Amino acid sequence: MDTLLQVLLDGMLNGMLYALVAVGLCLIWGVMDVINFAHGEYVMIAMYLTYWLGFLANVDPLVSMFAGGLFIFILGALTYRLIIKYTIGKPPLSALLATFGLAMLLKNLCLNQFTPNYRILSGTWLGDRTFQLGAIIVPVPQLVTAALAIVVIGLVFFMLRSTRFGWAVQATAMDKEAAELMGINTERIYLLVFGIGGATVGIAGGIMPTYLAVHPEVGTMFSLIAFICVAMGGFGSIPGALVAALLVGVVEALGGYYIAPVFKYVAVFGLYLALVLLRPKGIFGW
Amino acid sequence: MNPHALKRNDLLRLALVGLAALAPLVPAIAANSFFMHVLILILLYASMAQAWNIIGGYGGQTSFGHAVFFGIGAYGAGMAVVTYGMSPWPGALIGMLSAAVVAVLISYPCFKLSGHYFAIATFAIVEIFNRVFLVWYWVGGALGLDYPLVEEGLANLMWYDSKAGYFYCALTLFVLVFGIVRFLEGHRFGYYLRAVRAGQETAESLGVNSTAVKLAAMALSAALAALCGAFFVQYNLRVDPGMVMSLDMSMKFVLVTILGGAGTLAGPLLGAAVLVPLQEYTRALWGGLGGGVDLIIFGFLIVVIVVKQPAGITGIVRDIAKRLGRKSAAEKGGASLGAA
Repeated sequence: MDTLLQVLLDGMLNGMLYALVAVGLCLIWGVMDVINFAHGEYVMIAMYLTYWLGFLANVDPLVSMFAGGLFIFILGALTYRLIIKYTIGKPPLSALLATFGLAMLLKNLCLNQFTPNYRILSGTWLGDRTFQLGAIIVPVPQLVTAALAIVVIGLVFFMLRSTRFGWAVQATAMDKEAAELMGINTERIYLLVFGIGGATVGIAGGIMPTYLAVHPEVGTMFSLIAFICVAMGGFGSIPGALVAALLVGVVEALGGYYIAPVFKYVAVFGLYLALVLLRPKGIFGW
Repeated sequence: MNPHALKRNDLLRLALVGLAALAPLVPAIAANSFFMHVLILILLYASMAQAWNIIGGYGGQTSFGHAVFFGIGAYGAGMAVVTYGMSPWPGALIGMLSAAVVAVLISYPCFKLSGHYFAIATFAIVEIFNRVFLVWYWVGGALGLDYPLVEEGLANLMWYDSKAGYFYCALTLFVLVFGIVRFLEGHRFGYYLRAVRAGQETAESLGVNSTAVKLAAMALSAALAALCGAFFVQYNLRVDPGMVMSLDMSMKFVLVTILGGAGTLAGPLLGAAVLVPLQEYTRALWGGLGGGVDLIIFGFLIVVIVVKQPAGITGIVRDIAKRLGRKSAAEKGGASLGAA
């Protein structure tokens, strides 16, 4: 029983991390109908940024995650300006292919510069701290990440629902031409949406080196997991992505513990297939 | 169509046929083994891309799952040789049939999904197959299958000293796959397929059974991809899940076709003819330099091509042809033709 609770907790904490990674992708997908294949590479770059800030200047991940957010905001905006902008209105998968090329470029750039070594940041504030809750061990860094995820996702959700900017984003997502006729600068909306999507994933990548090793391949799996979460949640639905991410985390933990570690992703992808075949537009999709 | 363009088309076709007729002579002049290697890979990738083109280009269903079919073919041939000590041929055949069956079983439910949902479902399938093959003892698990040394020749589809044998096999594969697609282009089935791509509902209203058409195209595409996989494993003399059943392998099918020009007969060959030398020569030149430089350049070029010319290299060739055509028309004093 205790083991089950422990596995569930680990799964949910991991799920919150996935939600934090997925929310940016979800925003971009929902507004622009674009899958950004370089999403996981954004995570990787933010992780490297935190790692080097920590290693060279002794900055804690809790501080440098803001730098990560800012840096990936700029990177996201640049990606939009230089690549995505030219793929809108072109054959449906051109954005996916172009960002696949970008992912390949970024991944190998980091491989070239930083070698394929696994790098772990030690001596951070949160470090390996844990505390006990009954028989369950709660890891503090993961808990903080989960809290951070709630804050960031809440902010994005609030921004979309309750600010003028958010209404403009929603209008653009619904009907681009009509939004333009209402005087919305959709070009600017797209740019900012891509930047904000990048910023959230930059924050996620920024805090991760506290407890995850950094290496050039780290992003690939995050990309796939984020795709699964967003698609499972339903086209551009942020609550959907949150629920899906939690589900993914729990299924991954259960599959990994009770079947075999290799099968944890089989369980996750199997869950996606099963769900999406039952509801072809995702849990919250229409 | 104006008669001038028709004539140029005929010339182009004639030149291509002439080049194709010369191709079997290549091993005689190209003693350089690396050049042969690049040529073999061009033919292989062109065949793979053409196999994908059936469902992905003509059928408009962007599958990222072809690494699974490719891998099944590779494992079919590999297990025939390594596990059962046979010739790879029956294994390749079984692989092709299994790939077609798997493709139908997977695609039947997945064809209900649209756009990105379909693409992501095929990603998921590749990852599932990859993990299952990693731990499946019968197929060699994570260690994969390493080929024993057997007698070289066509029966074992294996050569050691010279790559000429592989070259002829790759050429045969290429001619076979392109021949099939060429035949389908003019056949009733090819028209059905393109009709389904252009508008499924419209096609159905005209009496086309779109599900059957898409499934048949997927099965054919998967079987041909499996055949390419069988050749790939015979060429590499080893197979493991990461080599054949990975997203990177799936992406190769898609990238070569899309960069060449999806839904065109020449696209896969053009894509392979540009991408493979690029990949192999950048790897040979910079592969050792801290690693990754070849792939950085490769990634950059993918971005540039997709952004600048979404119709792929076929589109670039078309642009150049148009420009040249305009120029020659202007030279002849056909001002009105030039303006058009």
